[in-house]
Amino acid sequence: MSIDTSKVADTNATTPAKASKPNPIGAAAGWADDRLGLATAMKKQIRKVFPDHWSFMLGEIALWSFIVLLLTGVFLTLWFVPSMGETTYQGSYNQLRGIEMSEAYASSLNISFDVRGGLLMRQMHHWAAMLFVAAMMVHLLRVFFTGAHRKPRELNWVIGCLLLILGTLEGFTGYSLPDDLLSGTGIRAADGFMKASPVIGTYMSFFVFGGEFPGETIIPRLFTVHVLLIPGLLLALVGAHMLLLVYHKHTQWPGPGRTEQNVVGYPLLPIYAAKAGGFFFVIFGVIALMGALLTINPVWKYGPYDPSKVTAGSQPDWYMGWPDGALRIMPGWETHVFGVTISWNVMLPILILPVVMFLLLTILPFIEAWITGDKRDHHILQRPRNAPTRTAFMVSLMTMYGLFWAAGGNDIIAIKLGLSINQITYFMRAAVFIGPAIAFWVTRRWCISLQRHDNDLLLHGYESGIIMRSAEGGYSERHLPISEARSYTLTARGRDEVYVPGSGVDANGVASPKRGVLAVLDKVRGRLSKVMYADNVQKPTREELEEARHHAEHEHTLQAGLDHPAPGHEFDDHALRTAGDVPLRGTASSPSAGSGAHTDDTDQ
Amino acid sequence: MNDHDNNLPAVPEGDEPVPNPGLPPHHWRPTDVDPKAEKRAERQVAAFFGVATVALLGFFVSYFAFQVGDNWDTIAGLGASNLMLGLTLAIAFLCIGIGLIHWARKLMTDQEIVELRHPAASSEEDRSTSVGLVLQGVDDSGIGRRPLVRNSLLGALGLVGLAPIIMLRDLGPLPGDKLLHTIWKPGMRVVRDVVGTPIHVSDLEIGDLVNAEPAAIFELDDEGHHVVEGVELQIAKSKGAVILLRMEPGEITPWKGRENWSVEGIVCFSKICTHVGCPISLNERTKHHLLCPCHQSTFDLADNGKVIFGPAARHLPQLPIEVDDEGYLVAQSDFTEPVGPSFWERDKT
Amino acid sequence: MRLLNRQLNGLAGRVSRHRRRPLAGLLVLLLGLLLTGTVYAAFSPSSATAGAAESDTEQIAKGRQLFLVGCAFCHGQNGEGVRAQRDGNIIGPPLVGVGAAAVDFQVGTGRMPMAQPGAQVKAKAPVYNADEIAALAAYVASLGPGPAIPDAGDYSLEGLSDQEREEAIVRGGQIFLTNCTACHNFEGSGGAMPRGGYAPKIRGVEPRYIYEAMLTGPQSMDVFSNGNLSPDEKRDVIAYLQSLENQPNYGGFGLGGLGPVSEGLAAWLLGIGACVGFAVWIAAHTTRTSKGNVSA
Repeated sequence: MSIDTSKVADTNATTPAKASKPNPIGAAAGWADDRLGLATAMKKQIRKVFPDHWSFMLGEIALWSFIVLLLTGVFLTLWFVPSMGETTYQGSYNQLRGIEMSEAYASSLNISFDVRGGLLMRQMHHWAAMLFVAAMMVHLLRVFFTGAHRKPRELNWVIGCLLLILGTLEGFTGYSLPDDLLSGTGIRAADGFMKASPVIGTYMSFFVFGGEFPGETIIPRLFTVHVLLIPGLLLALVGAHMLLLVYHKHTQWPGPGRTEQNVVGYPLLPIYAAKAGGFFFVIFGVIALMGALLTINPVWKYGPYDPSKVTAGSQPDWYMGWPDGALRIMPGWETHVFGVTISWNVMLPILILPVVMFLLLTILPFIEAWITGDKRDHHILQRPRNAPTRTAFMVSLMTMYGLFWAAGGNDIIAIKLGLSINQITYFMRAAVFIGPAIAFWVTRRWCISLQRHDNDLLLHGYESGIIMRSAEGGYSERHLPISEARSYTLTARGRDEVYVPGSGVDANGVASPKRGVLAVLDKVRGRLSKVMYADNVQKPTREELEEARHHAEHEHTLQAGLDHPAPGHEFDDHALRTAGDVPLRGTASSPSAGSGAHTDDTDQ
Repeated sequence: MNDHDNNLPAVPEGDEPVPNPGLPPHHWRPTDVDPKAEKRAERQVAAFFGVATVALLGFFVSYFAFQVGDNWDTIAGLGASNLMLGLTLAIAFLCIGIGLIHWARKLMTDQEIVELRHPAASSEEDRSTSVGLVLQGVDDSGIGRRPLVRNSLLGALGLVGLAPIIMLRDLGPLPGDKLLHTIWKPGMRVVRDVVGTPIHVSDLEIGDLVNAEPAAIFELDDEGHHVVEGVELQIAKSKGAVILLRMEPGEITPWKGRENWSVEGIVCFSKICTHVGCPISLNERTKHHLLCPCHQSTFDLADNGKVIFGPAARHLPQLPIEVDDEGYLVAQSDFTEPVGPSFWERDKT
Repeated sequence: MRLLNRQLNGLAGRVSRHRRRPLAGLLVLLLGLLLTGTVYAAFSPSSATAGAAESDTEQIAKGRQLFLVGCAFCHGQNGEGVRAQRDGNIIGPPLVGVGAAAVDFQVGTGRMPMAQPGAQVKAKAPVYNADEIAALAAYVASLGPGPAIPDAGDYSLEGLSDQEREEAIVRGGQIFLTNCTACHNFEGSGGAMPRGGYAPKIRGVEPRYIYEAMLTGPQSMDVFSNGNLSPDEKRDVIAYLQSLENQPNYGGFGLGGLGPVSEGLAAWLLGIGACVGFAVWIAAHTTRTSKGNVSA
């Protein structure tokens, strides 16, 4: 059906449209705005402010890897044949010529050997997938360690968790498509996982495989899931994730002039657009470099999948490594009762553990909010040390993840380090429980020590490295105050309040004692709050700071009369950088000596 | 509830120990004050874009210059096509990216600007208006007042939800007893994998391990076509693959009823791991321990395939074998238990 | 004869160069092997050449001398093996009937004499020279019948047509993937075995030793006797392995040929490492100056 649109008015205005300006861009923009009315929205967004910090770009790595995945993936679909139909290979790769294989595998070989650039696209697609999941995890850790998951961003955290699990599934389905020996071994294991599910396991396996394993439908089905279903969901969720980011505006680190009510940074156009756009090209370049130089998944060496073959070093891609590790170190428990078989040895590590971990991850912000009772919006980030228990909790989760992960590579560790695979397994069985506990304790104490260190800096200044000798002959190190800006940055954090059970009030401000389960929960909350906050070091009060300052000034006055008063900058390059007087508590002077690398984040 | 006001940002309280000194003064970059530096940066950015252009030209040349197929050109032992296409593409993209970023860092105004935040929540007024409108709409529809309409709708919607689930039924057939049997039959020869030749008892020395298959999968019909092929072949292999191992007859300690399952020290076991089904053939000749490369379950083949290590819970199924008239190894029967990973109904056999 | 072979090989290489260069490389290699083998056969008295009976006896005597000095402590004065008196554990297994191939493998790859007891004896630089190894092999072979050292002709594709060679390599690949990859990994990088044992890397190992290993099943390895894998099948496996070594690394460096574990490490260390490095650069503050902006 075609309509002659030449006679349809292109404006609904009462006055005729004016001739457009000679500027063609302006004309095009005017044309578009006449129809879409985007100028109003753009007016607000085009100078939107994004704070600048390297850790805020980790999520971008994931985003740009995803774009690379879409681009390379479309290329691959042009040649890939998602079919398990049998064919005799007659392509270019000599070592497999004449072998019976699935069309999926044959087309993977075709892409690798006969399509120019096909191997590069395959390798880039695979590397991008590895980076995509890795970057999502690094981004998740940054968000959690800095407290950016707190109100109002909890839902974005949930979306992020969904993205992580969908990305992992997307990776697994992609890994299974080429139908090489590793792919098939992975699918075979997945069949074993399904069969281990209680009651419905066997049915599930027969439905998924269209009959008995391996059947001939699994690859076409996984293909649809891989190129349509999951990417669609991923795209939608990435969109939602970004929209929420724009709506909430980005978090920022504390610093002079940065408050909960503002966001300080560079405008979207031009700086942020150039930086983010440039970063896309950089990520694409890094992935292309990896695709050019590093072989990944050389399917031609694995050979076509054959259910009677296997290779040493049969591992999934890294993001599936940790459940695989759990599977490896699990003792062989199986229950036979009432004529049914319950395979704990498969169910616990692969069906229950990952789901529990994922759910735990998803609800972390809500658990934290429940314990703290904090209902405020948070836009200023916390340094990891200022939430010792939270930081320690995530470090302990990371330790557990890392140990499971290492267990997933136990055979490679065994041959590379000359260890016994059995000893590694026994060690890991204990380590996955003990390691996280130790990591929790160490990290928590470490954070609290760092908090003390911060307070020392605030109250006594930094260590100047100058040794003073008193009239009595005693020696002491001269401490010099840190700058006002830095003091402010260090103190720009809240005070922690331990929740006392039973102290809750209802909406009318009346104390409402709780009963039954609620009372128990209330007690649990109190205990958790104590664990979370009771040992934390709080920032000094104004009085404490005043007193410390008086003390310092007093000492300075005493020393002013000495033969060699020490302003404290004898040994640094301060004099070279700034001319003129340096007040004792100057705003412009930033301490360069005696301050560790951890202070740099306040400058960003 | 604490005394924190909902939705409002966490305001630094009045007793903040250090007052906010405000944004630090802006310092200029050399490129802002020195026209020479500015020109230099400009040239650098342009150089990056120039290199990218050259690299892209190299990409086009590489595409046509380097052979793929069965006679790849190589550079230092690496596939030239992949290497050069990838390298030129990487250089081009990296240079475009670095150029853009360098441009932003050196030449675009880098004065930080401040934008005010607003609570994520809508105003109280908007909220109550919205709630009012929703309530009005619900009330207007009468969904609360007309239970007949509501309930019949819910019933219909519930069935709608069921429809797609019903439609998934034809994804696959029901399991039936398929997992309980394999292609092995009494008298079927055990043949070498890949080549399909039968195995004579005298062929094997002590310590020999043979990756073997049931003879049926190599069987040809009168016209020279495989009898078992395609999906059936894959299924037959995925359950029927076995390993033969010859050891000193005295080393075997058979369970009751298995005394005659081996032939002159030759035992035959399923190759499919009882854990999640990987094929296993990593055998330690001197100890007869068979290791699964996927999850390291270890089975003792001298002791009926018993699990001695790892996550597997059940012994490896043994195939009873004997010798036929010509001296070749054949199966006495099918496996006496289901092979491969555990499943719920496994014991109901 | 040798000259003729060389010419034939050269011809075959030229004819097929435009179609498959890797095969030409393979041919060169095979030629090298052939020459080595021929030279070896010419100088090594251990092969059963006519009229060498006397030198055989001499060699066995020399081998026995070496054996008594270097091996008898663990394997017994007459190669009968030694067991620990206390627990009956084998210190050195009996060598009667292991054949010359086992000696050539164990001593030629430096595994024997072993440096220290352990879960597995490692390959190292051989202690004995070629003559001494031949003498030792002759002596042990004289203790009882066992597999002999294979001829170069046993594991070369000499005398096959192009078509047959290709088929041999394809078949060898399938046999390799069925029988060998489970322990030695899909490109022969090796793999872990229980309790500290391992299947060694077999990339870059001389074909003769691979052949001997299949024939004799050293240490924990299974035996692939001629009744199990026919000599032709062994030859094909070796041909496949050679073809893998001669093929270009199509996709770039191999990361050790270990599969997804090394790929995952590369993704994290190189990939995420590089990306985060760039992120740090992007957000890092640029140089500042104390000068004021004249135009501002």
